[in-house]
Amino acid sequence: MTELNIPTMAQMVAEGKTPDILFWVGCAGSFDERAQKITRDICKILQHVGISYAVLGTEESCTGDPAKRAGNEFLFQMQAMMNIEVLNGYEVKKIVTGCPHCFNTIKNEYPILGGNYDVIHHTQLIQQLIDEGKLKAEGGESFKGKRITYHDPCYLGRGNGVYEAPRRTLEILDADLVELKRCKSNGLCCGAGGAQMFKEPEKGNREVNMERMDDVLQSQATVVAAGCPFCMTMLSDGVKHADKEGEIRVLDIAEITARANGL
Amino acid sequence: MIGQIIFIIILGFAVYLFSKNAAKVRRNILLGKDTDRSDQPALRWKTMAKVALGQTKMTKRPVAAVLHFFIYIGFVIINLEVLEIMIDGIFGSHRIFSGPLGSLYSVLIGSFEILALLVLISCVVFLIRRNILKLKRFSGVEMKEWPKSDANYILCIEILLMTAFLTMNAADYKLQTVHFGHYLAAGSFPIGSLIAPILPNGPHVLAGIERGCWWFHIVGILAFLNYLPYSKHFHIMLAFPNTYYSNLNPKGQFTNMASVTNEVKAMLDPSFVPENTGEVSRFGVKDATDLTWKNLMEAYTCTECGRCTSVCPANITGKLLSPRKIMMDTRDRITEVGNNIHKHGKDHVDDKTLLDTYITREELWACTSCNACVEACPVNINPLEIITEMRRYIVMEESQAPASLNNMFGNVENNGAPWKYSQADRLNWAEKGN
Repeated sequence: MTELNIPTMAQMVAEGKTPDILFWVGCAGSFDERAQKITRDICKILQHVGISYAVLGTEESCTGDPAKRAGNEFLFQMQAMMNIEVLNGYEVKKIVTGCPHCFNTIKNEYPILGGNYDVIHHTQLIQQLIDEGKLKAEGGESFKGKRITYHDPCYLGRGNGVYEAPRRTLEILDADLVELKRCKSNGLCCGAGGAQMFKEPEKGNREVNMERMDDVLQSQATVVAAGCPFCMTMLSDGVKHADKEGEIRVLDIAEITARANGL
Repeated sequence: MIGQIIFIIILGFAVYLFSKNAAKVRRNILLGKDTDRSDQPALRWKTMAKVALGQTKMTKRPVAAVLHFFIYIGFVIINLEVLEIMIDGIFGSHRIFSGPLGSLYSVLIGSFEILALLVLISCVVFLIRRNILKLKRFSGVEMKEWPKSDANYILCIEILLMTAFLTMNAADYKLQTVHFGHYLAAGSFPIGSLIAPILPNGPHVLAGIERGCWWFHIVGILAFLNYLPYSKHFHIMLAFPNTYYSNLNPKGQFTNMASVTNEVKAMLDPSFVPENTGEVSRFGVKDATDLTWKNLMEAYTCTECGRCTSVCPANITGKLLSPRKIMMDTRDRITEVGNNIHKHGKDHVDDKTLLDTYITREELWACTSCNACVEACPVNINPLEIITEMRRYIVMEESQAPASLNNMFGNVENNGAPWKYSQADRLNWAEKGN
């Protein structure tokens, strides 16, 4: 395993370099311990294929997504405009995000406020790298024959119609891929969206992630592939509550890819 | 001759009454705020052709899709027969298309009969699904009283209309075989000929049945036309404009509030001169009149099928939220506002609002904004937009968000993250090993 070198935009510019792509880490990717691992795996993949990238580091701030979904348009636009100022200041053209919420917000809601970038989600980047032959599944953990399912994040799937790219990244593993009962455009939410992540759920008879766990258990998958740090939290909690921690692993597609390549 | 006069009077009255009530619905829709949906006409026509005309979003539930398709196609095609009935009624003719259309007429009448039978069977199956099998999708707090009866009335009326149509044909067929009066051989009757044996044999009684059913069928259709503006069944018309004016942006993209953009720009740059974005009465939505005309059109288009609610993660897990109820409440409230204007003048204010009187905050805060309801709607209705707008009112006008969300707002504002971490620590992940 090679040493991780994580360049910031400020360093790059100081050295007179322009990275090809900006990696937008996101709040969960920056602070949530589980998501931090995914962030590092995304960096490992970028470094492995030799893409010139940078992160904003301490200059990055919340995209404003949870504020916007919760109805606080003021706070959202404040965040958006500050971020756009930073991004435009660095003349950023292309962004890859580690979170479908950041992806959706920057891609769809920043242009009207003056932020126009070519935005992709990390699963789309991984799929492109596989298609270009730059990423394979060799030299690391073998997922051959393992039963793997994929949980569609709402803001990647229904929100932006990205259903195929994440699935294609799993095809290379030669695994036993299985769909959840509710998948693609019929996919069931993990329960975290719409700022639910940051509040107690309203009164009901069940948690949404446990409802989703029914689908996971029914699929008999041993690996649940995720593409969103919030889904990751909800699904991991679901597996824990269902007492299946020994049997089912929840892994982000970046983690699966990094592991399969021994990164 | 008297028959013709009576027919023309009934027809005129029915058309007049319908236009008047349809105009009321139109006026209610236009009580909404302006929103521009005039861009990309080619894509809009295509969306309408696919979603409304082609019913592509119905296919997710195949049984309902097939049965609904029979009723839909039956409705569209049998209207050709209704056109003939209208002309016959006005001019006192009998089966006026049979002459000019020749052998094609037999094919048409034959297919109308088969479609009528399929419509009848589909309606019966729908009634069974609603009332005997009691499909979960058709229940819920919002599906009591009027909405429940409305659905059953529609199905029963359609069954009666189709029965009258087929009985009329059967009597006509029987009269044709005995060459009675003006009942000359015209059309083919694959279903009517099967019903004919159970009808009485006397030609005068048969002619009475034929006329009776003719009148019942056409007056029934005109009455049904006037039932539409009071019913969820109005979707048969509004589905078309509603899909034409669909939101064409990605579902994840929420609307931008231009009024807020102005304030934020002015805050960040004191020299900024805001553009005039028109009158802003309040941020977000408190009452139905704060919504856009498109939201209101969607409310009148909703046929209460419940596909939205049946896929809503909040509803599935027992929370109060039901996207269908959001649409029905919106429709009921704007209708009430419209009636108030009618009764008390346009400046009348009652003590009710869409928020709180109709839709509770608990419902709104249960939404995960997952877009499942939007995706599920066969006519592209968007309950999520209404939910978001009402959240905007609660948060920006009232500052009444749940305390945990206020904490989150505070963190975003002060630390640039929804949690209480310092922005200076944002790159700490890079130092940790796996």
